[in-house]
Amino acid sequence: MKNLRKKVYITAGYNTISMGTGRKEFNPKKPRPGLEEYIVEAGKGVIQQIGDASLIDEAVISNFQASRYNNQANLAAFIPYIDEKLRYKPVTRVEGACGSGGMAIATAVRSILAETADVVLVLGVEVQNTVKAVYGADILAGAGWYKDRKNGHVHFFPGQFSNRAGKYFEKYGREITRKAMARWYKNAIENARLCPTAQEYHNTMPDPEAVAMVEPNPKVFLENITVYDCSKVSDGASALLVCSEEGLKKIQKSYQESVEIIGIGQAMEDITKPPIDPTQLDTTKVAVSRALQMAGVSINDIATVECHDCFSIAGIMAIEAMGLAPYGKGAEFVLEGNTARNGRIPFNTTGGLIGWGHPVGATGVHQAVTIWEQLTGKAGDAQINIPFDRPYGLSVNMGGDDKTLTSIVYKKL
Amino acid sequence: MNYNERMQKVAVLGAAGKMGSGILLLNAIELADLSLLPENKGKTFVVYAIDVSEEALSGLIRYVRAQVLKAAEKKIMWLREVYKDRADLIENGQMIDEYINHVMSLIRPSTLIESAFNANCIFEAIKEDPDLKVSILKKINENNPNQPWFFTNTSSIPIQFLNEKADLNGRIIGYHFYNPPAVQKLVELIEAKNTLPEIRTFSFELAKKLNKIIVESNDVVGFIGNGHFMRDIIHAASEVERLKSQYGFVEAIYMINKVSQEYLVRPMGIFQLIDYVGIDVCSYIMSVMNHYLPQENIVCPLLNEMLALGIKGGQYADGSQKDGFLKYEKGKITAIYNLDSKEYVALEQIQAKVDALLGEKPTAIVAWKSVVGAKNKEEILQQFFAELNKMNTLGAELAKAYGSQSKAIGKYLVSSGVAKSEDDVNKVLMTGFFHAYGPINNYFN
Ligand SMILES: NC(=O)c1ccc[n+]([C@@H]2O[C@H](COP(=O)([O-])OP(=O)(O)OC[C@H]3O[C@@H](n4cnc5c(N)ncnc54)[C@H](O)[C@@H]3O)[C@@H](O)[C@H]2O)c1
Repeated sequence: MKNLRKKVYITAGYNTISMGTGRKEFNPKKPRPGLEEYIVEAGKGVIQQIGDASLIDEAVISNFQASRYNNQANLAAFIPYIDEKLRYKPVTRVEGACGSGGMAIATAVRSILAETADVVLVLGVEVQNTVKAVYGADILAGAGWYKDRKNGHVHFFPGQFSNRAGKYFEKYGREITRKAMARWYKNAIENARLCPTAQEYHNTMPDPEAVAMVEPNPKVFLENITVYDCSKVSDGASALLVCSEEGLKKIQKSYQESVEIIGIGQAMEDITKPPIDPTQLDTTKVAVSRALQMAGVSINDIATVECHDCFSIAGIMAIEAMGLAPYGKGAEFVLEGNTARNGRIPFNTTGGLIGWGHPVGATGVHQAVTIWEQLTGKAGDAQINIPFDRPYGLSVNMGGDDKTLTSIVYKKL
Repeated sequence: MNYNERMQKVAVLGAAGKMGSGILLLNAIELADLSLLPENKGKTFVVYAIDVSEEALSGLIRYVRAQVLKAAEKKIMWLREVYKDRADLIENGQMIDEYINHVMSLIRPSTLIESAFNANCIFEAIKEDPDLKVSILKKINENNPNQPWFFTNTSSIPIQFLNEKADLNGRIIGYHFYNPPAVQKLVELIEAKNTLPEIRTFSFELAKKLNKIIVESNDVVGFIGNGHFMRDIIHAASEVERLKSQYGFVEAIYMINKVSQEYLVRPMGIFQLIDYVGIDVCSYIMSVMNHYLPQENIVCPLLNEMLALGIKGGQYADGSQKDGFLKYEKGKITAIYNLDSKEYVALEQIQAKVDALLGEKPTAIVAWKSVVGAKNKEEILQQFFAELNKMNTLGAELAKAYGSQSKAIGKYLVSSGVAKSEDDVNKVLMTGFFHAYGPINNYFN
């Protein structure tokens, strides 16, 4: 499809706190809110902004592995638990690993385009702190092909991206790339400190960039990346409404409080195949270019990006996949300050996956909520300036190792 | 018999006890790791867990399983490597379970001493009763055709005594773990007169595998650790005796406990440490030391007075602290026992008053916790003790006397031939007692 046949809007976003190590109130030994508490908080957070849950026509819930983290499947049936008025509404649960959230938005967009709904609640959730990291790694490995697990690292996904980083180092230089990864961490932490729901909101490191320059140690973790290059384990939920023009009217939301989705690109790659070139995110490239093409804008028109930095190296490679820098020049692009909050194109303005947190199934929704906040002036201390001639935001949500992609272009109204 | 062969059949005596359970855990894990090496494929490794208490043995199995789980989670990198050819094991969780099952499968719990008749290595950690230890070691030695090696954990009995009385012909060594053995890094190694040199060599090899630090001590009762600790107690008690007439008993205990912790930058005050180890245990060790060292008067009437009232300290089965000189709530000191009124006096009744008596604290005072791992530990301590030495508050005076006495004890352990060097004394106190600095130092002169 070249263009969306109908206008589609996003409004009424809500993020819970991204809970986990780093938050002062997090204590792994004490009981914490569970899956249903997060679902309810995010759901109610949206409903509160429209006053009446019966205005919602249907819902999409995204989650990755509640069946293992929380012994819970059939998540669609948790939507009516949020509010009695949601009883008997149609709900779809989607799963695309870390890319579940983006997939949920795409699904909601289809409902709008199909004209089966005018107001769709999209809610992403993941509660991961129920198991120790060593077991969590097994669960997360489900985002890859199960037959690859046996030969993978203890921490499967960090292992995959450490390998990618290694290849990238070989091809384009280790020193500059490690420096850019440390800068990525600094940007993530500094942005997270401006967002009260961010997992790194309480981070007080005097010099995060210097800390992140520590040498990777394969004896304790991995060869090419350190813990500072990884997103953390998080509990959290995010939600928003995807609406048609009629939907916006129905819930009485103005354009000022909404953003328009003008382009959406989904792309999936064969999970059983290794990347063709481990230094590139090819599926990301396809999804982003589709979204931009549908939107009819170029990457240089974008004011801010929410990108899927599950690992800092993924952030750097995404810059190249988006076409912001040629292959091999992503590190330089970061080191020149382009992606910092005062740079040419601020990335991950509330910290991204590394700084804000990565409640897997919620992440894609969180990205959309963040862009919605930035384009509607609701980002609080994290607010950046959106230049009038570039009123666009871009999100890239990735599942697995560049396998399950959704990219969205948003327009300020 | 090389290291691997010798480790194929191990027995732990008193395996359900405080020390025995840790020693069993360490051995079980070591055997499991050995058995997983390619060169040991097909060989059988077993460890007999022998104890008289049927009930305690069931508790032991639960304890070991829980600890092996933690150990397995930590060595998951290695486990993935070890199990790489096991197609059925894919996830971390599966490998961890497999490893736990494997370790547990090597353990043979038993109440029958006869199980040790077949072992090559026998770790002895039964209760501290010389006659019992002798009779059991002797019985095993007489019935075991393998010429077994004995590793005793005794805290106070001379190794030569066990060697002679049980007719072991040098097949024994003191392998003195600290409590809890699974955590504490230090092992004091003590040879009897004719301990076989191979046993000493093996002991070092084993320590390396168990990630322990060995300090060799001569076979003088109390060895280095208790040699220092018991004399430290005697000094503390004599200070209390001296101070109590002027300030009162409870006040004196508080003072010395506080000075020995905060002013000396130690992890615990001396009376808390006595409670931790057990007043009965301390008293018993002193009585044995006193027996073997008649030229010295190693007695502490204060400990015996407490014991006569049934106050023993030590720990409950769950590891929480029993009341002794001090009373504890959730591990925190809340009161001090008053020998005169026979009841505990709440800390807040005396604390402010006694703190005032001790006087201004040195401004550079630092908590043990923040010093012990600090990079510039030396510098911090130097500065702190320099200031302390210049002060003449009651607290500072008590601290100087305490530190000097501790140093004198350390030097005596070397001069009287217990320790081989000053360095060894310091190492024992720093690794076995977690002191931030050794007793033989330049801080006290
Ligand atoms: N507790 C310490 O801090 C510490 C430190 C170093 C060394 N040690 C030494 O370790 C040894 C054990 O001390 P513990 O504190 O573990 O004592 P404990 O009382 O906790 O354990 C002794 C165990 O021996 C068992 N036992 C008693 N008689 C037995 C017999 N005939 N056959 C088999 N088992 C028998 C008991 O049932 C008990 O489980 C002692 O020699 C002690 O001096 C203790």
